[in-house]
Amino acid sequence: MLRLETRPQPSKAMSFASPLIALAITVVVGVVLFLILGKDPLAGLRMFFVEPVKNLYGLAELSVKATPLILIALGLAVCYRSNVWNIGAEGQYIFGALGGGWIAMQAGPGTEWMGQGYVVLILLGGVLAGMFWAAVVALLRDRFNANEILVSLMLVYVATLLLSWLVSGPWQDPNGHGFPQTITFLAQTKLPRLVQGLRAHIGLVVALVAVACFWVFMFRTYRGFALQVGGLAPAAARYAGFSARSALWVSLLLSGAMAGLAGALETAGPLGQLTTFVPVGYGFAAIIVAYVGRLHPVGIIFSGFLMSMFYIGGELAQSRLGLPKALTGVFQGLLLFALLACDTLIFYRVRWRSAPAAPPTSNISSTAAAVAKGA
Amino acid sequence: MDGLELLIAASLNAGTALAIAGIGLLINERAGILNLGAEGLMLVAAIAGFAVAVHSNPWLAFAAGMAAGALLAACFGLLVIWLNTNQVATGLALSIFGSGLSAFVGIPYVSEKLGEQAQFKIPFLGDIPFIGPALFRQHPMVYIAMALVAALAWFLYRTRAGLVLRAIGESPESAHALGYPVRRIRMMAVLAGGAMCGLAGAYISVIYTPLWIEGMVAGKGWIALALTTFATWRPARVLLGAYLFGGVTMLQFYFQARGVHVPSEFLAMLPYLATVVVLVLISRNASWIRANMPASLGKPFFPGS
Repeated sequence: MLRLETRPQPSKAMSFASPLIALAITVVVGVVLFLILGKDPLAGLRMFFVEPVKNLYGLAELSVKATPLILIALGLAVCYRSNVWNIGAEGQYIFGALGGGWIAMQAGPGTEWMGQGYVVLILLGGVLAGMFWAAVVALLRDRFNANEILVSLMLVYVATLLLSWLVSGPWQDPNGHGFPQTITFLAQTKLPRLVQGLRAHIGLVVALVAVACFWVFMFRTYRGFALQVGGLAPAAARYAGFSARSALWVSLLLSGAMAGLAGALETAGPLGQLTTFVPVGYGFAAIIVAYVGRLHPVGIIFSGFLMSMFYIGGELAQSRLGLPKALTGVFQGLLLFALLACDTLIFYRVRWRSAPAAPPTSNISSTAAAVAKGA
Repeated sequence: MDGLELLIAASLNAGTALAIAGIGLLINERAGILNLGAEGLMLVAAIAGFAVAVHSNPWLAFAAGMAAGALLAACFGLLVIWLNTNQVATGLALSIFGSGLSAFVGIPYVSEKLGEQAQFKIPFLGDIPFIGPALFRQHPMVYIAMALVAALAWFLYRTRAGLVLRAIGESPESAHALGYPVRRIRMMAVLAGGAMCGLAGAYISVIYTPLWIEGMVAGKGWIALALTTFATWRPARVLLGAYLFGGVTMLQFYFQARGVHVPSEFLAMLPYLATVVVLVLISRNASWIRANMPASLGKPFFPGS
C-alpha cells in the first residue's frame, strides 16, 4: 500500500525537480497521444521542442510569445504568494490592449513631434487600464467581501464582450469592409524591434527588467515580505500588523498592471490593431507559467519560454503535421496537473506499507493504525 | 403574442443546466471540497455527450456526460484528497485542461448537427393557456433537475449519510475522530458532483443548444460555482438562483425580440454582470457567509499530518 509521509522539512530538491518531472510526464502522455493519432511521436516532439529553438527566427518568435506570458505570470506570482486568487488576468490583459489601443488610435499629425516616444504613452495607458480592471476586483473584495476568483473570472467575459463591441462599433475601421477591427495603427506607435527583420521587440527587455524588479520587490523589500507572510500564515501576518487589505490591493493592482502592460505591448507590437482575436488565452496560460516557475521571478523566465514553446509547437504541429492546434491547450492543462501532483513530493515522501503494521501502545501509533486502515 | 410565457419557459430551460451543475458543486462543497474545475468538467462532458448523441439517443448522451464528468472529477479528487494538492490551483488546472481537451476532441464534431428535437408536452397540463407553454412543455430533464434538487435536500437534511457528509464539510477532524472515512466520503462526493456537472454539460450540448462549439459552456460552470454561494449552500435556493440566472440569460433574446436598441454585446454581458452583482449583495455580510459556509471548504484534510 502506497502511503504518504510528511517530510520533516519541505524538500528543496523536489521543488526544483517537480517541474522537470511534470514536463517528463507531459511529454510521455504527448508521445502516447501522437501514437493514438497515428503520427510519428518523434516528429511531433520535434515540433514542440526542436523547431522553435532551431534558428534565430524561431527564437525571436519564441520571445514574442514568452514576453506577455512572463509579464502576466510575474504579477500572478505576487498574487498567489499573498493568497489572492486573481484568475482574471485575461480580462486585465484585454483592458491593457484596449487602453493601449485607444491611445494608439489617437496618434496623428499632432503627435508626430513625439516620435517613437509615443509608445511610452501607449504602454502607460495599458498599465492603467489593466490596473483599473483589477481594481474593480479588489474593490468588490475589499468593500463587499465578494469572492475574487469568481469576480475576476466573470470580468474576463465582460472585457471580451466589451472588446468585441468596441471593434465592431465605435472603434471600427470605417474602411475595414465591415470587419470587426480598428484602423491599423500608425508607424509611430510600433514597438521598436530588437533586430531588423525579426519580430522580437523591446517588450522582451521590458519583461526581463520587470523580472529583476519583481525579484527585488518580493525578496528584498519590507512590503514584499509582508505580502508573502500574509499568504503563508495569515494569523502571523495579523499579529505582525501586516494589513491584509493592503496585501489585497497591492497584489491585485500589480498583477493588473502587468497584465495591462502585456496587453499594450501586444497591441503596439505584433498586433498593430485591435480585433476580436486579441485574447488568445495568455492570461490563463500565465497561471501555469507562474506555477511551473515556482512563483519565482527567475523561474518564470524559464517557464514562460517553455509555455511559449507549447504555443509555437502547437502552431507548427497544425501547419506541418495536420494536427489540431488545440493540442497546446491539452498539454498546458496536463503540465499543470502533473506539476501539482508532483508538488506533493515537496511536502511528503512516498512509503510502501504492507498492512497496519504499527506497534501497539502509544496514542500516536494508534492514530497511525487508523490512518493505515485508510481513513 | 406576449412572449412572457416563452421567456419563462426559456428561463427554466436555461436554468436547468445551472441547477444540475449547481447541486453537483453543492455536494462537493458540503463535503468541504471546492471544485473550480466545473467549467472544464462541463466542457468535456458536453463534447462527450454530443459525440454520443450524434450516434445514438440523448439519454445515452446524458450517461456519457456523467461518466466523463465523474472520470475527470476522479482525477481532481485523487489530487486534492489523496495527494493533498491545493484545491484552487488543481481546480484551475482542471478547467484549463478540460477546455483544451474538449476543443481537441471536438474538432470533428464542429459542423455536426443533431436530429430534429422531439417536442415534449405534459398531456392536459400543457394545454392550459399561458401556464401550459410556460411550465409544462419542457424536456423531461427540466423536471428531473427539480426532482434531483428535492432528492438532494432530503438526502442532506433527512438521512444519516447526509448528516455525515455535512459533518465532514464542517469539521473533517471530528468526523475522522468518530471513525468516518473522511477521504473516502469526500471522494464519493467529488465523483457525485462531477457526474452532476457532467450531466449539466451534456444537457447544454444535447438539449439546450444542440450543437458543438468550442468553449460553449461559456462560463456556466463558474456561474454555477457562484450559485452555491448565492444559495448559502441550500439546495432549494440553488434551484431558485439557477432559474433567476436562466432568466437573466434569456432576457437578452427577449429584449432583442422586442426591439430594444442595446448592442447585443451588452445584453450578452448580463449573466456575468448579474453574477458579480449577486456575489456582492450576498457576500456583503461576511459573518453571515461565514455562518453558512461549510467550515472546512477548500481546506485539505490529511489524517496523521
